Amino acid sequence: MSAVIESHDHDHHHGPAKGLTRWLFTTNHKDIGTLYLWFSFLMFLVGGAMAMVIRAELFQPGMQIVQPEFYNQMLTLHGLIMIFGAVMPAFVGLANWLVPMMVGAPDMALPRMNNLSFWILPFAFFVLLSSLFMEGGAPNFGWTFYAPLSTTYAPPSVTFFIFSVHIMGASSIMGAINVIVTIMNMRAPGMTLMKMPLFVWSWLITAYLLIAVMPVLAGAVTMMLMDIHFGTSFFNAAGGGDPVLFQHVFWFFGHPEVYIMILPAFGITSHIISTFSRKPLFGYSSMVWAMASIAILSFVVWAHHMFTVGMPLAAELFFMWATMLIAVPTGVKVFNWVATMFKGSITYETPMLFAIAFVVLFTIGGFSGLMLAITPADFQYHDTYFVVAHFHYVLVPGAIFSIMAAVYYWIPKWTGNMYDERLGRLHFWLSFVSVNVTFFPQHWIGLAGMPRRYPDYALQFADWNMVSTAGAFAFGLSQILFLFIVLKTVRGGKKATSQVWEGAEGLEWTVDSPPAYHTFTTPPKVS
Amino acid sequence: MNKSAKKTIKVLGFTVFGMFFFSFALVPLYDVFCEVTGLNGKVALESTNIEEVDTGREIKLQFISHNNEEMPWIFKPSEEVLDVKTGKYYTTTFYVKNVTNKEMTAQAIPSVAPSNAASHLSKLECFCFNQQTLKPGEEALLPVKFLVDTDLPNNIKSVAMSYTIFDITDYDKQELAMQMNHDSMHSEESH
Repeated sequence: MSAVIESHDHDHHHGPAKGLTRWLFTTNHKDIGTLYLWFSFLMFLVGGAMAMVIRAELFQPGMQIVQPEFYNQMLTLHGLIMIFGAVMPAFVGLANWLVPMMVGAPDMALPRMNNLSFWILPFAFFVLLSSLFMEGGAPNFGWTFYAPLSTTYAPPSVTFFIFSVHIMGASSIMGAINVIVTIMNMRAPGMTLMKMPLFVWSWLITAYLLIAVMPVLAGAVTMMLMDIHFGTSFFNAAGGGDPVLFQHVFWFFGHPEVYIMILPAFGITSHIISTFSRKPLFGYSSMVWAMASIAILSFVVWAHHMFTVGMPLAAELFFMWATMLIAVPTGVKVFNWVATMFKGSITYETPMLFAIAFVVLFTIGGFSGLMLAITPADFQYHDTYFVVAHFHYVLVPGAIFSIMAAVYYWIPKWTGNMYDERLGRLHFWLSFVSVNVTFFPQHWIGLAGMPRRYPDYALQFADWNMVSTAGAFAFGLSQILFLFIVLKTVRGGKKATSQVWEGAEGLEWTVDSPPAYHTFTTPPKVS
Repeated sequence: MNKSAKKTIKVLGFTVFGMFFFSFALVPLYDVFCEVTGLNGKVALESTNIEEVDTGREIKLQFISHNNEEMPWIFKPSEEVLDVKTGKYYTTTFYVKNVTNKEMTAQAIPSVAPSNAASHLSKLECFCFNQQTLKPGEEALLPVKFLVDTDLPNNIKSVAMSYTIFDITDYDKQELAMQMNHDSMHSEESH
C-alpha cells in the first residue's frame, strides 16, 4: 500500500501537468505569475484600445467618431481597466514570479489561494466589460465614480460595476496576504529583513497598503450599492447624507492606491540600475525607509485630490504641506538612483534604458505633482489636462515603463532565452518618444485651460490635441512590437546563462535559466 | 504550514475585516468631525430654545432657495433679505406650491454660509424639521423661527440661510413607467 502511494508521489513532482488544466488548476507560483502577466497584457491592450477611441475623438475639435455618452463609457473603462486590470495584476504577476525566488522559498505560502486570486480576475473583468452591451451602457461616471453621478444618475449597469470591483478587491487582498505571509515566514535562513532584495521590500510595503485600503474601497462601493438598492442615504443629501463624504472615503482608498501602483516600480528600478551600473545600490537602508515613509504619508494626504470641494483654510494648508513632505523621501530615492549610476561602468541594455527613462520621466510627473499640491495653484489646475498629463506621466512612463523594464530584465531568466536586443532598443525608443509626444503637450493645453473628461474642446486647443493623438497612436502601435518581442523570446533565442547579466546579484540569478518548475525545495543559505 | 505563518494570516485577515468596518465608521466620524469643527455649514435638524437677550448687534440675513434636480414645485423665500439683531427671535416664511397634478412629498435640507455661523444659529421651528406633503395645486407658507446668538464671530456681518427641497415622494415605479410611456406616445403622435 505504502509503496503505491510513494510511487504516485514520485511521479507527481517532476513538472507541470499537460494541457489546459495545467493553467486552470496550477498552484505553482511561476505558472500563476505567467498567467497574471499575460492577463495584464491582454487588459493593457483592451484599455489601450479604449484610449485610442478617446484620442481619435479628440484628434479634432467637434464631435467626430463617437457619441458623448459612449466617450464617457470609454473614459471610465479605460481608467478602471488600466489601473485594476493592467498595472496591478502585472505587479502581482512579477511578485509571484520573483518573490519566492528572491527570498529562497519553494513557492508562495498559500498556493491554492494564489490560484483562486488569479482566476476570479477574468470573471471580474468579464462582468465589467459585459456592461458595455447592457441597456443604458457601461459605467460612465469616470474611474473615480463620484456620488451622486455613480448613484442617483448612474446607468443600471452600475450594480455590475460594483460587483466587479468587489471581486477585484478580493483578488488583490488575497494576493497581498499571500505576499506578506511568504515574505514574513518563508525567507531562507540568514536572510534578515534588511538583507532582502529591494523588490521584495517594495512588495512587502505595497501588500500592507493593499490590506489597509482595498477593504475601504469595498466599503465605499457597498455604501453605493445600499444607496442605490436598499434606500440608505450615505451620499444622498435628501436623506441627510453627504456626497462630499464619498470623496473622502474614495480618496482615503485612492491615494494609497496610487502608491500601490508605484512602489513595486521603485523596487524594480533599484535592481536594474544597480545591475547595469555594476555597483551595489547606493543607500539601501535609506531606500527602505523612504518607501516606508511614503507609504505612511499616503494615508494623510488624500484631500489634496479635492482642494476645490470647499474645505477650511486649516485643512487645505495641512494637506498641502503633508503632500509636499512626500517629495522628501521621493527625492531621497531619485538621488540614490543617480548616485548608484555615478562613476558606474554603465551599459545601456533595454532594461536599463527603460529604468533610466523611468527615473527621468517619473521625476517630471513628481514635479507636476508638486505643482498640483500647491493649493492656490490647484484651484486653477483642478480637472484640467494638466492633471491628466501629471498622472499619465507617473503611470505610463512610471509604472508601465518599470513593468516593461522588469519583463526585459527577467525574461531571460523566465524563458531561458535572451530577447532580441536590437528590437528591444527599438521598442524603447519608439515608446520613449511617443509617450512624451502624447503626454507632454497635455501640460500646456491643461495650463491653457482645457478641462478633462469632455469629448470636445475649444478651437485654441486643436493643434496640441492633434499632436497628442498622433503620439498616442504611435505609442499604441509600439506595444504590438513589444508583444512580438516577448513571443519571439518565448519561442527561442540565444540561450541565457544562470546569471544572465554580468553584475546581477540575488538568489534568482543562482538558479538555472529557465528555472526548474520547483526551485529552492531545500532553502539556500544566505550569508 | 508552520505556526507563525498561521498567525500572520490571522492578523492580516482581522486587519482586512477591521478596515472594511473602519470604512463604515468613517461615516459617523465624518459627521462628528464636521459638527465639532463646524466645517460644512450643517444646521441641527431639531428644535432648540435659547433665551433672548438685548445685547445683540445688527446683521443681515439672506434667504436662498434651491430646487434639487427636477423638483417641479415653486419654492422661494417670502423675504430675500432681513435685517436682524443677534440674540432675538425672528420668523420668516418660504412660499411653496405644488404645480403638478400629483400629490408629492418634499424634504428641505438647510445649509448656512459662512459655515462657522452654523453653530450660532438656533431654530425654534422650521419646515425643514418635517416632510411636507402637498396635494395637486396646493400652496403654503412654511415658517422658520430662528435666532442668531450673540457669540457670532464679529467679522461676520451677513449670514446666508439656504434651503434645498428634494422630491422624496414614494413613487410607484410601475405607474411611473406607464406614465412615461404614455407621455412618449403622446409626443410621438404630436410629431
